[in-house]
Amino acid sequence: MTTTTMTKSQAGEVAGAENTFQATFMPRFDIWETEEELLLYGDLPGVSPDSLDIRFENKELTIHGRVGPRHEGIEFLYGEYGVGDFHRSFAIGESIDSERISAELHQGVLTLHLPKSERAKPRRITVQGA
Amino acid sequence: MFATRWEPLAEMNRLRNEMDRLFGRWGRLEPRPLASTGYPPLNLWEDDDHLYVEAELPGFDMEGLEIYVTGGRQLALRGERRSPELKGGTWHRQERAFGSFSRTLELPSSVDSDRVSAEFRHGVLTVTLPKSEEVKPRRIEVKADST
Repeated sequence: MTTTTMTKSQAGEVAGAENTFQATFMPRFDIWETEEELLLYGDLPGVSPDSLDIRFENKELTIHGRVGPRHEGIEFLYGEYGVGDFHRSFAIGESIDSERISAELHQGVLTLHLPKSERAKPRRITVQGA
Repeated sequence: MFATRWEPLAEMNRLRNEMDRLFGRWGRLEPRPLASTGYPPLNLWEDDDHLYVEAELPGFDMEGLEIYVTGGRQLALRGERRSPELKGGTWHRQERAFGSFSRTLELPSSVDSDRVSAEFRHGVLTVTLPKSEEVKPRRIEVKADST
């Protein structure tokens, strides 16, 4: 894990009340591979495009989506799921053209294109006849 | 190919996350789970005038979501999410669910069905259900004895 967003309290400072605590959840992902690219789909409900951070370094892809507290001070009558940031990282073995990585976020679903770099693409070898 | 290596810490995190999802993080508030937890999981809360029901429905579109209120006491949600049609490749991981769901919920108080509204933002659905007049808390004026 490269990034952690736990708010560290300053030395001597009394840790804040529970309202500063937010759980972090692992989002579900689908990964599709073609000769051209790796295509990732991730469910990040409640994440807006501005609060999504995607990093690719050292063959590690890290996705962090911030989800602001939506229910501060609210007591649930029924509470079936928790709300908090989404965090996930993947080790990518393929060599990726990081300049051309593109991402879209629609209705809480992230679509992430990781184009393979030229040298990683499969190449057809022509066999010379005798 | 993906480097598939065993990451015990990641596994632990995942387990913890799953536990968080299951049990929530409101130990203090002790939310009462519904009799049968279905899909999608719901959060429900209220203020004096409204009930609010929230669900995470990433990738669903508002047109494909059906919301019904029956008899002022029952909320039904229906929707469908289709998987993308892809060709010429292989799946490495498939964790997201597709298909249709239908869930019915008994509301804890009766609502005005005609004024129910819903908002869908970044894959989160929030249904606002105004409570019917008779169940709203009412402040009772205490008349002072003038003499």
